[in-house]
Parts: sequence; C-alpha cells; structure tokens
Amino acid sequence: MGNDFGTSPDDVQFRFRDDEVADHGTVTVDACCDQTNATAVRIEPGDDARALLPFLDRLALVEVNFPTFGDGRGYSAARILREAGYQGELRAVGDVLIDQLSHMRRCGFDAFAPDKRLDEDDAAKAFATWDNVYQSAADGRKTIQELRHE
Amino acid sequence: MYKYDNYDQQMVDARVEEFRDQAKRRLEGKLTEDQFKPLRLMNGLYLQLHAYMLRVAIPYGTLNSRQMSALGDIADKYDRGYGHFTTRQNIQYNWIKLEDAADILEDLSKVEMHAIQTSGNCIRNISSDHFAGATHDELVDPRPYAELLRQWSSFHPEFTYLPRKFKIAVIAAEKDRAAMRLHDIGIQIVKNDAGEIGARFYVGGGMGRTPMIAPMIRDFVPLDQLVTYAEACLRVYNRYGRRDNKYKARIKILVHELGKEEYTRQVEEEFAHLLKQGVEPPREELERIKPFFADPPFEDGPKTVDRSDPDFALWVDRNTVRHKHDSYVSAVISLKPVGGIPGDATGEQIRIMARLARQYSFDELRVMHTQNIVLPHVKIADLHALWTQLDAADLGAPNLDTIEDIIACPGLDYCALANARSIPLAQRISESFDQSGKTSELGELKLKISGCINACGHHHAGHIGILGVDKKGKENYQLSLGGSEAEDVSLAKITGPGFDEDGVIEAVETVTDVYLARREEGERFLDTYRRIGMTPFKEALYGK
Repeated sequence: MGNDFGTSPDDVQFRFRDDEVADHGTVTVDACCDQTNATAVRIEPGDDARALLPFLDRLALVEVNFPTFGDGRGYSAARILREAGYQGELRAVGDVLIDQLSHMRRCGFDAFAPDKRLDEDDAAKAFATWDNVYQSAADGRKTIQELRHE
Repeated sequence: MYKYDNYDQQMVDARVEEFRDQAKRRLEGKLTEDQFKPLRLMNGLYLQLHAYMLRVAIPYGTLNSRQMSALGDIADKYDRGYGHFTTRQNIQYNWIKLEDAADILEDLSKVEMHAIQTSGNCIRNISSDHFAGATHDELVDPRPYAELLRQWSSFHPEFTYLPRKFKIAVIAAEKDRAAMRLHDIGIQIVKNDAGEIGARFYVGGGMGRTPMIAPMIRDFVPLDQLVTYAEACLRVYNRYGRRDNKYKARIKILVHELGKEEYTRQVEEEFAHLLKQGVEPPREELERIKPFFADPPFEDGPKTVDRSDPDFALWVDRNTVRHKHDSYVSAVISLKPVGGIPGDATGEQIRIMARLARQYSFDELRVMHTQNIVLPHVKIADLHALWTQLDAADLGAPNLDTIEDIIACPGLDYCALANARSIPLAQRISESFDQSGKTSELGELKLKISGCINACGHHHAGHIGILGVDKKGKENYQLSLGGSEAEDVSLAKITGPGFDEDGVIEAVETVTDVYLARREEGERFLDTYRRIGMTPFKEALYGK
C-alpha cells in the first residue's frame, strides 16, 4: 500500500517528537480493524476513534483528518486516543489553520500536516498562546485551579 | 462578587492579544472572511444589517458598579449613546465599527470584562438566577457553581468547534427564574436524601425553530464530579451531534433523535471513563470561589414603607421582590418604559444605575433575562430615595411581569436574520395597554416577541407569544398562547392564521379580554388558559 492515501513525512510542517517520522502505508479505520499488520491509520470525522483501542500497541501513526476546520470532532478523537494511552504520533491533517493549533496541541496532537503551509512566525505565536490553562486535557499541563491550590 | 486573580486576568489579556493579532492577519489577507468569522464570533463580534454588533459577556448576569459604569462609557464612546440588555443576561452594542473592536475589548478588560464566547459554536456565557444570593427561596447561591463552569468552559480545547452554540444555566431554587429547562444544559443545585448538595442535570432544551423542554438525565451529580459530568455531556454531543444541517445541530435534536435513555447511557459511559482521567478541578477551588459570593453585611432596619405616595406604593408593589433578609428587598429597574425599546438604556442611565447600586445595593447589579436590571440588596428604608432618583431618570416604570414588561428581540430594525420588526410592536402594545389602563387588572402576563423563527425573543415561552414571519414579502405575526419558562415550563401553541401589525395588536387585546371574562379567583392568564384550553380564545379571535 502506497502513501497516496495518507500524508507523507514531507507534508508534516510541525512536529513535537524526537522519534523517526513514521512513513507507513496509511489505512482507513475499517481497514485497520480488519487487517492485522497496519501501523498507520487515518481517522475521518465520522469514525469512532474507540474502534482503534484494541490495536493501539501496533500503531505508530494516527492521522486525524479535518476536512473543514469548523468540524471539531477530531479534537475529541485525539483526546480519546491519548486517554487510552496511545503514545505514537498523532497528526492533524487537512484544513489545519493557525488559530486552531493551540487547542489541537492541548488535545494531544504532536504533529501537524496542514493542506496549506502555515506562516512559521504566526504558528510559533499560536502554539504559545496560553501561558496557563483552565482545563485538564491531553497535554498533561497543570491547570490554573491546581496551581492555585499547590 | 467574584474577583479575578492574576491567572484570570492573564487569560483575558492573552485572548485580547490573540484577537488583536487575528484582526491584523485578517487585514493583511492571511485569513479569509470564512476563516475569520468564527474567530470574531467567539469574541462577540457579529455582522448585523447596518453595522457590527458587539455582545459583552456578563457572567451569570452579575456585575459591580465600576463595570456597569464602564458599559455606559462604551455606549457613549463607541456606540450611539445607548446599549441593549439581552435575554442572555448580556449587553450588546448595535453600532460598532470593526476597527474599534480591539480597543473596546481592551477597555472591558480593565474592568475584568470581555466578550469571549458570547457567540460562535462554543459554550456560551453561563446564565443564572438573577436573584441569586438575595432570594429567600434558594438552597444555596448558584453562582459559585456557575463560576466553576465559567472557568472550565473558557477556551475549552475540545469544545470550541461544536456542531452549534451551547448554552448552560445554573439555578439553585425550585422556582426557575432562568428558563433553565430551555437551555442545552440546565443545572439545578439540589440536596439529596442524605443531605448532600449536588447537581441535577437537564439536557437538550432550547427554543429556536424546534423548541424542546430539556429532560432530566441525572437527578444527582456529586459536586466533586460536576465538571466531569458536564464534560461527558459535551463530549457525546461533540462526537455525535449532527453537522450536516445547522438547523438540526443543537443538542436538543441529538437527545431527541437518540432518545433520552440512549443519550443518557452514552453520557454515563463517557462519565465513568472520564472519572478515571482526573479532569475535575480540585475540590478546594469551589471553596476558594464561594467566599466571593458571601452575604454583604446586612443590617436590621424598617420593614415597611410609607405608602402615602400612590406612585411610589405602586412601584414598590410591582417592582420589589422579597429578600432573604426582612429589612431588604431586591428592586427591579424596568427597562420597559411605555413606548420604549425593551432592554435599551442610554449611557447616562447605565451610569446612574451604577451609582445607585454603589449607594443602595452593596455595589452590585444583575441583568435579568427579561431585559431588566436588578439591584439585589436594597434596604427597605432606602426605597423611597432610590425610587425618586430612578423616576427622575425615566427608570421608574412600575411594570415588572406585567403585559408592558415585554421581551423583544432586536428584530428587523437591526438583525440580518429577522423577517419582521419586533421593537415597534412592543412599543405599540405597551402604549395601548397603558392607555386602556388594563395593565393592572391583567396582573402577571408575560408577552414575548421574536422577529423570526430563531426565537431570540423567547416567544415559545410567552404566556402570550408573537412570532414575526415573512408572508409574501409582508410582515405577518403569528400569535401563540400558553408558554412558560418558569418551573411550570411549557411551550406555547399557535392560535391559528397570523395577523398584520394592527391585527396582532387587536388580537392581543382580544385574548386578554377572554381571560378577564373567564378567569377564576386568583388565576393568572396562563392558569386560565391551561384550565379552559385554546378553543375559547380561538373563537374570540377567528369566530366560530
């Protein structure tokens, strides 16, 4: 299976991991459940991320597709995978824009392959939007409420 | 009242900075209008018919005199000298220039205010009981719980691109003054049999084109799991709420289509999972918040007023409400002068209300969802002095909960979505009942007007509701009866064919005459309607 379905390592503009970029054939969620050797999968907005939970050990890359930036289902998919202990690369792909980066990062995405490359300076600023956070999420940051009561 | 600490202030400052940058990137062409739109909406900026509108958040409707005063100054500095208090316990300015928006947000942040999440497909400003902390009939003050949820819902990373907007109300009394069950999530703080305080969750209510009353999905959530349960409700909605049709995207449609049992099952499953994730804020946080809402130092004093001035006596009877301390009342400032625009106040009037709050109400005000202002803690001994000053500022209309106390959306005079005007209708109806002198006789009668099917004027919940529609290019008004947003919540039913503007004003008169003729001792309009049903009203309106 080639790379015509998923994104290639070259498409990844931002990555917050030290390991090698996974370069595997990417399959759909359905295919991933059916075949035992897939190591990269792509979640579409209507897919149930929990269908992947039995296979997390063998997955090195999960792409979450945002066909339009206003469809926020991928944020839940990302958190669900991290909550289940998924340690591999979680890549946001598709209509990924500057102003969604900080929230995506909080939900557990650690790689970003936007359809259109983003301005590096704007993106750096966006990743650093929040010095502190109000909610517990997948990034493991201490919340403001926890800091208040340390 | 809640006060920001450095963290809260930093969060708002970070957001103002972020929005300034977004506006700049929009002007540089780095963001398309489609990309910019949800960002400006999440900062309260709407494009209306004639200009931008800015909606400012007033969390749980509570504010101090300094904040109120700043709202008056903004009206003068950036708008046309007035502001409009809304059914979301917020204020909106209808004549804003885009280039002023970031400056207004900065002015607001200086008084711990903002316009964050007052629009867009995210969790909106949280509303509550406007008499919270003052009323004699509440279990506890609901606002600490609302504040806990305010923090949780602000800039929530997972729930910023929901299928549709999301509104939460929190109350803590059996009497519902916040239309709690007409919210996406309505929370009632309750006590269980073991004497513990917890939260009862109602999910899937709303008005709009498909009005629904929220069913209860959990009768008791322990307080140290409140945020986790809300998170579970939202996650199920974010994953499965419809995104194929914006008119079917609210959570009420999901709950309706899945059925209450199945939605509840999914929430409970998600809740069990999230409990293990430790997303709940530490319990100490609620204890930190609570003292901000502690009682001010009430003092004993006179418990009655001198009723020799009949105008004053009428205002006291109509516009003051029993307080938990018997030397105090909550005083309602009506923003419904006869012939006026419901909810509007001038910059000067807003500053006067601020000053009176400082002088007579421990520096506190509330915005009601009925578009009036409350001074929550007024000494009975001070009432005459207060009323005299209100009256002099044209703020003394004695018409709380009467047919003149009309809720109306901005309608076709401002709104790009509207099919018909609401404001002129409200003005004419209040004038007509004032002139006929029937207002008093009719007693409690809630009239609500929406200029389109989106129902911002809450017509589904009106004892009498009016909905403006477009009929072959002409404004047409449908009349409905029997709605209520209170603890006896119900949805109004349409009487029959609609009317033109003059016709609907006559029709309102006709149905009130049926009530006066048929009522029994002690019945409100709503009670009579519920007892005798639609038929007698229909016959009077359309003939047999």
